[in-house]
Order: sequence, then structure tokens, then C-alpha cells
Amino acid sequence: MVAQINKSFGNHHVLRDVSLAVSKGEFFTLLGPSGCGKTTLLRLIAGLELPDSGSIFLGGQDVTTVPANKRQVNTVFQSYALFPHLNVLENIAFGLKARKVDPVTIKHKVDRMLETLRLSDLSKRFPSQISGGQKQRVALARALVNEPNVLLLDEPMSALDPHLRTQVQAELLELHRQIDTTFIMVTHDQGEAMFMGGHLAVMRDGQMVQMGTPREVYSRPKNKFVAEFLWGANILLATRDGDRMMTTLGPLKTDDQVSWSQGHLAIRPELIVLEDELARPKDNLVRAKVIQAIYRGASVELLLDPGPVKVVTSPRFNPQPGETVSLFIPSADLVALEGQAA
Amino acid sequence: MRTWPQAVVAYLSLVLLYLPALAVAIFSVNKARFGLNWKGFSWMWYQKLLENEAIIEATLNSLILAVVSTIIATVIGTALALGLERAPWPKSCLRLFDAIVNIPVAVPDIIMAVALVLAFSLLRNLSGIFDMGLGAMIIGHVTFQISFVTMVVRGRLASLNPQTREAAWDLFASRFYNFRRVTLPLITPGILAGAMLAFTLSLDDFIISFFIHGPESVTLPIYIFASLKRGLTPETNALSTVMLLATVLLALLAERITRKL
Amino acid sequence: MDSSALPTPIKKRSTSLSGYLAVGPGLLWLTILLAIPCLSLVAMALASRGQYGEVVWSFSLENLRRLIGFGLFGWSPDLFYILLRSLLLATITTLLCVLIAYPLTFHMASRRPSIRVFWLILVIVPFWTNVVVRSYGWLLILGPQLPPARLAAFLGFIPPGSALYPGTLAVYLGMVTTFLPFMALPLYASVERLDREILEAARDLYANPFLVFWRVTLPQTTPGLSVGIIMTFVPAMAMFVVTDILGGAKYMFIGNLIQQQFSQARDWPFGAALSLGLMILTLLSLGFRRLKAPGQKDPFPL
Repeated sequence: MVAQINKSFGNHHVLRDVSLAVSKGEFFTLLGPSGCGKTTLLRLIAGLELPDSGSIFLGGQDVTTVPANKRQVNTVFQSYALFPHLNVLENIAFGLKARKVDPVTIKHKVDRMLETLRLSDLSKRFPSQISGGQKQRVALARALVNEPNVLLLDEPMSALDPHLRTQVQAELLELHRQIDTTFIMVTHDQGEAMFMGGHLAVMRDGQMVQMGTPREVYSRPKNKFVAEFLWGANILLATRDGDRMMTTLGPLKTDDQVSWSQGHLAIRPELIVLEDELARPKDNLVRAKVIQAIYRGASVELLLDPGPVKVVTSPRFNPQPGETVSLFIPSADLVALEGQAA
Repeated sequence: MRTWPQAVVAYLSLVLLYLPALAVAIFSVNKARFGLNWKGFSWMWYQKLLENEAIIEATLNSLILAVVSTIIATVIGTALALGLERAPWPKSCLRLFDAIVNIPVAVPDIIMAVALVLAFSLLRNLSGIFDMGLGAMIIGHVTFQISFVTMVVRGRLASLNPQTREAAWDLFASRFYNFRRVTLPLITPGILAGAMLAFTLSLDDFIISFFIHGPESVTLPIYIFASLKRGLTPETNALSTVMLLATVLLALLAERITRKL
Repeated sequence: MDSSALPTPIKKRSTSLSGYLAVGPGLLWLTILLAIPCLSLVAMALASRGQYGEVVWSFSLENLRRLIGFGLFGWSPDLFYILLRSLLLATITTLLCVLIAYPLTFHMASRRPSIRVFWLILVIVPFWTNVVVRSYGWLLILGPQLPPARLAAFLGFIPPGSALYPGTLAVYLGMVTTFLPFMALPLYASVERLDREILEAARDLYANPFLVFWRVTLPQTTPGLSVGIIMTFVPAMAMFVVTDILGGAKYMFIGNLIQQQFSQARDWPFGAALSLGLMILTLLSLGFRRLKAPGQKDPFPL
């Protein structure tokens, strides 16, 4: 769908050879830290920007140079960008009116949309008179009423209160289930990206780093960047010695193919198994000292030396700082990250 | 620290600021024809205003001047604001434009008046409209009003959410539709406030009008100034009071509109 | 293209024609009627006056010589006095305004927010009223039958039965009340932002009100003060309405002189030379302000 896109602003290369395929009806998520180019990619798909090179296809048609107002793509903006001088009803009807759809059809479609998004009671209110969550629903309705092929969502939750987000995420997912429009959402919140299911793509510095289902990407991050971005811990520098990897924790084995002589290994904090002292010695069993133990309620988080290694485990364990514990690192869960380390 | 000296100065300065206007208003309802002795309350001088042809003519001139110049300046100034804010001018270009637009704000009125006199003396060879008189005064007022309208409308434009325009574009609006249905309604309060400001400035202006008025185009401030030279009349008091109230009301109304939106 | 702002295709498309059409009329208007005439003041100042008051476009330094006081009959101090008097008038007016504006704005800033707005409106409103009318108000107040003049007469300052105008007191009353809002509004913007705790800390450390003002308050309110000084000083130099009404013919100022050259005297080149001098002063003070407060956003562009 998006092929070999390049985009620069001045000397700043925002997107480099980005390619992306999204299948019809999917909920696709673009995930990445701010400044990675994900919003620019979204704007290119919307037609709000022109690429320097590359093409954009929509349902097999090349739409690269079609301006935004002639593209069957609609956007939910980060700030929602509702028209402050129009009420909710007029906001939603804007796109249809601009296309000169006959008034009877407009009324019919807008009414249905108001109902779907539970906005009927607010139809005469102005954007300044409704809450953040309501504004977001108006922005959604305003885009969806046009029955776009693709709906673009630019950080749709960022302007909402944290406690409202989970609820709105579920609603958005439910809405997507009801209609078969393709959704492409941009977010920097990995939890949100996981929640939405579908496929996701991780971006960094204007390039695609990894694409796949949430399970694929989360369990097997491709490189150090993705592992750090998703897990935020437990990335070990390792030197290969035959099939053993020498790390600060000691020699470890991994099931992954290793192509480098020195590189990084990663393990999710919740997949490390805390073993009894009595357990028999075996591969990938290491000993470490507890520096800090944080009781999180549902779990206990340990910070260990050497490493530093983070372990998330059941609150049944209650190790004290200074205590030495044994850790079992399953070789199947120890991910060998791509890229030779310097 | 003791704060009462501050308060004393503050209230005293308010007294100083309002005393002249108050004096004019009080004397405007004084029955006395000559002198400044209090002879009792009366509206008679306001009635006399309506019988004085010179005053009626000056009022008409002032209003025509203010209305016409405000309309012209609002159209030109709004277009200028849109052009400056929306078109991607190079930085150096924009700096030059800004400098030109800011001349009337930065330069003292008297120099602006002198510049206009010079310009008219040369342009008079092209058209009779540049002869001293109401036509020239309208052109002169538009000249300083443009800057103020542009300033207000630009402020309004800059405060708009840029995504709103993109949203309209995304929702199938052509450029013209976008301007008519989104930009224009959104900047209307700014345009109105700018127009009100221009109108007030025109009504209130003395210096520029004074330099380029003709014998047939006396405005209210010029009339009052001239009548001071001839000697005080109670009508002048009434007239001044009316003018004070009119400008203050207009200014407050403009302030209201700007603040509300 | 500016790389910091994100240009959108909308902007790209609207560049040429509609952009020029939008700014064209306004910029042309201002250029022809203001920018060029302002520049041509220079040319005019170097021209001379013809026999019937017309402008003779021949190069002469006559007006510049007159500007420094050389008249038909050799050097005379008249013009020099006028310049000096104008400078003095502007300086003293500005000083008086500063002296009043500091306590006034401090008082305003220490009020509750709702009352602050009320004070602000009270200070702005006179700013909108006509200068001719306001000067006229002072004429009424200072008239011979009213208490101020009677008191002055009783104390022997003026002969009994005469008014307190035309005179220096009248001129300064008119000037200060005209320009006080120009000084107070920009200064208020700075004073309001002043951190009160810093003042208290300073009082704690220095304990001397004068020192606190000089070392803490003044440096922190410089942006507003410098805007206020310019907005007062430059127009005060150019003022002719107040001086004409309240000062009478007895006292001439630059403003009156310029106005005379363009009306009774019909000596435009000399008027142009005087205006040019005034404009250079304006530009100098604007430049001075840019030096004084770099990077400061003007809170009051007016």
C-alpha cells in the first residue's frame, strides 16, 4: 500500500524508504517514540503532505498526488481539530456538505452516526461545551460518516485523561468490529498498540524496524531498540564463545541463531524464573544479589546485581536486599538481538 | 512595607485622568451661557446641538469619514493579514512587509500627517481626489487604520488551531469552501474587533485630519479645536461629552468582542 | 524554505497568485502613502521654499542650517530654544509619568484579579478619549472662577481674576494626563509578572526600600519601562495639540512649529526638515529599545 516513501523537511530526512502494506479492514498500529516519523507517514497517507519520492496505493490505485480533499481517507486529528464555530451536528455533516451530498441523505447518515457514537443528546452543543471524550467521539463520527476506505487516527488517546483511555480503547475496538473500514492508528504507547490487536509496525528515525502481530513483536523484538522500547530492561552485552554466550551474569545459552561474535541478548523480566537454592545445577542458572525489591501488589519487582537485571515475579517471593537468589533464564525466551555490538 | 502611599498616588492619578472629562460633562449641563459659574442643571445645550448646522455638518463628516474609511481599511487590512499569515513568504520578505505595516504604529501622528501631505501634493497631479478634503481624509485615515486592522486580524489568525484547516481539507473541502466555511467564520470576531478599533481611531483622530482637511470637511475634533480658538461656548461642552461617551462605548464594545472570542 | 516550521501542501499551492493578491493592495497603499513619503522627507528637507510657498526642488542645505539655528539674519537662539523646550517638555513629562506609574501599577498589581481588570479598564478608557476634548477639560478646570485659579491668585502666583492657562502648569497637567496611560500600561505588564517573593527576599537582604527598588524592581521591570518611555517620550516630543491649547502662542514646541510650516507659513521644506529630525529621533529610540531588551517579546506592540 505504501511503497518506498521518502520525505524530507529541509535537511531533515523524516522518512527513509518506508514501505508498508495494510490489508483491508485491518486495525493497523504504527508504534514509535516521538519524532520517529509516524505522524508524517500518516499525513502522507491522508494527502496532507506530498512525498519527495515513492508511491501510495489505495485499493490498487495510485493516489500519491491526489490532494487530501479528493482522497477517500479521513483523519481523526491529535487535537481533534473540531470546528469551534459549528455544533456537533454541523461538525459531523461538514464532509458530506462539502461534497454536496443531498440534504436528506446527509440527515440520515448523520443521525445514524450520532446514534452509533452515543452523541444524539449533544448534537446541538458546540465543541467548547463538551468533554474530551465526547470531542473524540465527535471527531470519530465526523470522519466515519464519510465512509472512508481508510480511517487514520493520530494519537487519538493523548488528549484524554489516563483513566478514560482504557474505556475509550475498548470502544474504539468495538467500533472497528462493527464497520469494516481499515483503521491506521499512530501511538507512542506500546500498551495501547498491544491492546488494539491487528498488526503493528515499530518505527524509528524514519525507518520501519519491525512489523508483525503484537505477540510476534513483543515476544521476539528484532533488535536492541525494539527490546528497549517495549521491555525497557534486561538487555545484556554478550560475547559468543561457541554456543555459550558470555555475559555479566555468566555463561548463558539461547535457542536463537546467533550471527554476531559480540552483541546483545534480551530477556523479559517476567520470564525469568526465581529458583530455590536447592534446585539442581543446570544450564542458564545464575546467581545474583538483590539490590532493591519493590512490592507492586500484583507482583514483586527485583533489581539484581550483576546486570543490572530486572525480574518480575509472583508476590509469593519476599527476598530482602542483600540476599542472594538463583535465577533460571529459559533458553527459549532468551532473545538474541540483531546487530553486532561495537 | 507600607502600601498606603501607593494607594494615594493610584487614586490621585485616577482623579487626574478623569477630571478633564468630568469637568466637560458637568459644564455641559450648566445653564450658564457665559462664564463658568454654576447656574443650575439643564439639557438645553444638548438641544442647541441639534439646531447648530455647523455641528450637524461636522458630525456627518465625522461619521461619513469613519464609516467609509473603516470599510475600506477592514477589507484591505483583512486581506493583508491573511496574505502575511498564510502565504509562505521568505523571512527577509516578511521582515520588510512587517516594517511597512508597522509604520503607522511606530511613527508619531504628526510625521504620518506630514508624510500624507507630501504624498497628496504629488498625487494631486494624478487625480482631484487627493485635494484637501473629505476624499483625501478618507484615504489618510485608511492609511493608519490598515495597520491596526491587520494587527488584530493577524492575532486572531495566529491563535487558530492549524489542524482545523487541515481537518476541513481532509473532509473534502476545496480551498474556497475551506475559506468560506471555516477560516472566514473563525476570524470574523477578529475582523469585527479590528473594524471597531479602526472606527474609533477615525472618530477620535485629530492630528491627521487637521493636516489634510479642507474648508468643507470639518470633523468634530477639528470643530471643537477651532471653537476653542474662537472662544468657549456651552455647546462645545455638550458636543465633547457626546463624543467622549461615543468613543468610550465603542472602545468598550470592541474590547468586549475581542475578549469574548 | 524554513526547516523549523512544517510546510503543508496547502501552503505550497497558495503561494504565488493569491498570496500576492492578498497583500498587494495593503502593502502598495502603505508604501505609496507612507513609506515613500517618509523617505522623501529627506529629499524635501534638502529642497527650498519658493516665493509663493511652493516647493523648489533644488538642492540646498538651507533647511539643515536653519535647523541648527541660522536664520535670515544670522544665528538666533529662537529655534534652539524651541528644540530645547520640546526636549525638556518630553523629558519632564516622561519622568513625571514614570514617577506616577510605578506606584500606580504596583497598586494595581496588588489588587485581587477581578478588581485588577477594573483598574486596567479605568486606566485604558482615558487613552481612548480625544486629546482635544481632554485638553479642553483642563481649560475649564483651570478657568478663572474655579478654586484652582482662585487659590493661585490668593497665594499671589497670578493676578486676581485670571486663569491658570496658558502656562507651564497647564501644559504639564495636560501632558501627564495624556501620556500616563501610555506609560502605565506597558509598565503594568512587567510589574504584574514581577515575582513578589523576590521583592520580599530582597527586602529581607537589603532592608532599604530605595536599594530594593534600584537593584531588584527596576532591572526586572526594564522591558515594560523601556516600552513606556518610548511610547511617552517620542509622541511627547511631537505633541502640538496640548501645547497649543494649554500653552497658547507664548510657548512654541517642535510640534507646533511643524504644524505651522504646513499651514500658515507654507514652508514645507523646513517642515520636512523638522519632521525628519523628529523621525530620526523616533528610529533612534526604537533601535535603543531593541538593544535594551533583546529577545523580549513586546507585551504592548501598540
